Amino acid sequence: MSPLTVCLLISSGLFGIGLAGALCRGNAILVLLGIELMLNAANLNFIAFWRFGPSSSSAAGVIFVLFALAVAAAEAAVGLALVLAIYRHQRNVRLAEAVRLKG
Amino acid sequence: MIPVLTAIAVVLLGAAAVAMALRNLIHCALWLVLAWSALAAFYLWAGAEFLAFAQVLIYVGAVSMVVLFAVLLTRRLPDVNPAPPPPPAGGGRILAGVAAGVLVAGVVARAGLTSPLPAAGAAPVLTTRRLGVELMGAHAGALVVAGVILTMVLIGAVVLAAPDSGDAPEGDS
Repeated sequence: MSPLTVCLLISSGLFGIGLAGALCRGNAILVLLGIELMLNAANLNFIAFWRFGPSSSSAAGVIFVLFALAVAAAEAAVGLALVLAIYRHQRNVRLAEAVRLKG
Repeated sequence: MIPVLTAIAVVLLGAAAVAMALRNLIHCALWLVLAWSALAAFYLWAGAEFLAFAQVLIYVGAVSMVVLFAVLLTRRLPDVNPAPPPPPAGGGRILAGVAAGVLVAGVVARAGLTSPLPAAGAAPVLTTRRLGVELMGAHAGALVVAGVILTMVLIGAVVLAAPDSGDAPEGDS
């Protein structure tokens, strides 16, 4: 098995763990962390293809991951601020009870 | 080469799975710190040193601290609400979530195993100096946009998390 295949397997496993966590946890913070894990899996794929791909003279993979890191950090900051706002209004962070906007 | 990658994979996937399965949020965050460190180790292994240090700074340092602060700030005081109803187990939802995760991971892994992958070229050499030149040269516009996004996020997070001015000091809504 080539290293690229192993990297793809790791990445798909990490994505699956993040997806399962985001779908089956009821806590808003844990859902955010699951989404972060999925973003990390995508970054891992970028680096795998950058390292083991055919065009080795380009820095595009690393630069893509850098910007993805910046956006992921922004997403974490806004998401956790939203969690704090939800907590202020309903005194817990359970997503199943955040139905205030439901029509 | 492969043994190191396997060790990193075991630590990464194991820590992530444990973090997603635990109930205690603080323990989850600490296990995720281990998973993110393993990802930084992967970046080091793949030759992207700058990314490894960025990963350590951003995820292991900043995001984990923000998560821990969010956990502490949203922790229910034990005497304010004495009997919070425990969330229902939701076995069906957990099963569905795990099934969706396994399904998607299986499809992606199968695609990765069966599709023809490009042959590996020589290991790319990327010095931090060249990365900086690329960032400030060809990707300068994207860098500026990223800076603007981060500034807006900073302001937006403060606005979202700050108490409403009309609220009573101890939230009564």
